[in-house]
Amino acid sequence: MTFPTSTLHHIAQLARLRIEPEHEAAMAAEMSAVLGLFEQLAKAPVDALEPLSHPGDPTLRLRADTVTELDARDDFERIAPSMMGGYYLVPKVIE
Amino acid sequence: MSLLSLLAALDDGSTSARAATENALDRAARHVDLNALITIAADAARAAGDVADAARASGARGALLGVPFAHKDVFCTRDILSTAGSKMLANFVPPYSATIHDKLQAAGAVLIGKANMDEFAMGSSNEHSHFGAARNPWDRSRVPGGSSGGSAALVAARVVPFATASDTGGSIRQPAALCGVTGIKPTYGRVSRYGMIAYASSLDQAGVIATSAHDAAIALNVIAGFDPRDPTSVDAPPIDIDGALAMSLAGLRIGRPRQWCGAGIDAGVANAIDAALAVYAARGARIVDVDLPSSEHAIAAYYVIAPAEASSNLARFDGVRYGHRCANPKDLADLYTRSREEGFGHEVQKRILTGTYVLSAGYYDAYYHRALKVRRLIAEDFARVFGEVDVIAGPTSPSVAFKLGEKLADPVAMYLADINTVSVNLAGLPALSIPCGFSEGLPVGLQLCAPWWQESRLIGAAHAFQQVTDWHRAVPGGIES
Repeated sequence: MTFPTSTLHHIAQLARLRIEPEHEAAMAAEMSAVLGLFEQLAKAPVDALEPLSHPGDPTLRLRADTVTELDARDDFERIAPSMMGGYYLVPKVIE
Repeated sequence: MSLLSLLAALDDGSTSARAATENALDRAARHVDLNALITIAADAARAAGDVADAARASGARGALLGVPFAHKDVFCTRDILSTAGSKMLANFVPPYSATIHDKLQAAGAVLIGKANMDEFAMGSSNEHSHFGAARNPWDRSRVPGGSSGGSAALVAARVVPFATASDTGGSIRQPAALCGVTGIKPTYGRVSRYGMIAYASSLDQAGVIATSAHDAAIALNVIAGFDPRDPTSVDAPPIDIDGALAMSLAGLRIGRPRQWCGAGIDAGVANAIDAALAVYAARGARIVDVDLPSSEHAIAAYYVIAPAEASSNLARFDGVRYGHRCANPKDLADLYTRSREEGFGHEVQKRILTGTYVLSAGYYDAYYHRALKVRRLIAEDFARVFGEVDVIAGPTSPSVAFKLGEKLADPVAMYLADINTVSVNLAGLPALSIPCGFSEGLPVGLQLCAPWWQESRLIGAAHAFQQVTDWHRAVPGGIES
């Protein structure tokens, strides 16, 4: 199948990615080839099967209701691109 | 020097941890053309070597006390750059360490550096690293495999006796095969994923690359074990190394899946695999042809499920809390979008887009939901075959190491080369790759796969083979053994 450019734009927007116009055709062609690979799935006799999302026991373990993590605020601030007064800085959202 | 030999030399005092560390650093410098290390932690390594020597002098003995090693750069190491092979994390110095790093430190191992890898472990050739491709020590014009290409190249070049690695769809076994070394991917849940930068969480599993099954088992036993910080970690029975080393091949039932050995396997690879199975048969193992019919759907299922999980996992990279941030964002959407566009390479972007697509409204049922059903089909195939045989064997990779750039123009061809490894991850099974011969002068890997938690059976079968063959002792030209 051919992967339409309009779909590429939509998916890129959902994924918060931007594909430069000069790369669109190549990316769409590669996506088409990958999706062509997926046509194999339609041939698998799986209609009666339950999906398997995880290979092991999917039950999440509960831990004891105790504090285990130490305060690492300074460590996390140190690796942030932009901080001020304990806040992560991002461009203004509300004018 | 093998891990076992080095431990013996450290124990009898004929070498020191500092000398072993200097030797590893010296080899890393001599083989810098392999581009196998992203970061070299020379000063910290020397200091750790001295600490290990002091501990040994006071009578301490750790499982890996004074043994130099390298981490795949997918593992977070506190205060040491941890990039996952990505521009996105090119400046990321983690505030914490992966559980396996803590365990290796506690055992006294000496980290010399962080090994090159495909960006976020997405690739089979190491060519998708932001830091350039690592090279295969057997032929520097060829790929070392991926995504743990740097780890495999370092062990093949005898820079370190072992390296950590991770395997989401073959990323330990395939580079081990292409570089002529031994790589083990444990059962899902055997080794903690805490601090391992995520690609596809239901498939990712950490493991080890070394020069022999025995060496790999020693290192694996150090990093394995239950970890409450990983919700998918399992409190499984430990690996019985002594039992594994004593295992006899007599009566071992080895299944040879027709689907792993058919069309698409290079003749030279097939010949080496046949010869290896003949070695097993000569020692009393029984070779049985078996069928894994759903293998033909494995690539499609894997390349739906893994990118779907990746698209979710990599949503965390937004330029706000850590990692790459674009310059002068004009608004919040621009910050997210441009930071991600600049930080992620082409292959990673493609997989994020693929994953987003298969999870999006209108396509979820046809792709993601159906792929999960195929995953069950594949797991059931393995369960049925393991009712008939003890281990499954076949080629790890359909070909030997290919030329750099050879498959970049055809990404689907690169995906198809994962045919014999991805189904193992979908089912969560343990598997390893051992060197079993050469084709065109390049190493061939034999993949062995066992039921859940049966690593000791795998190690035993591999060790027995390595007791009567020398393939794992072969060293690339120009490399001192």
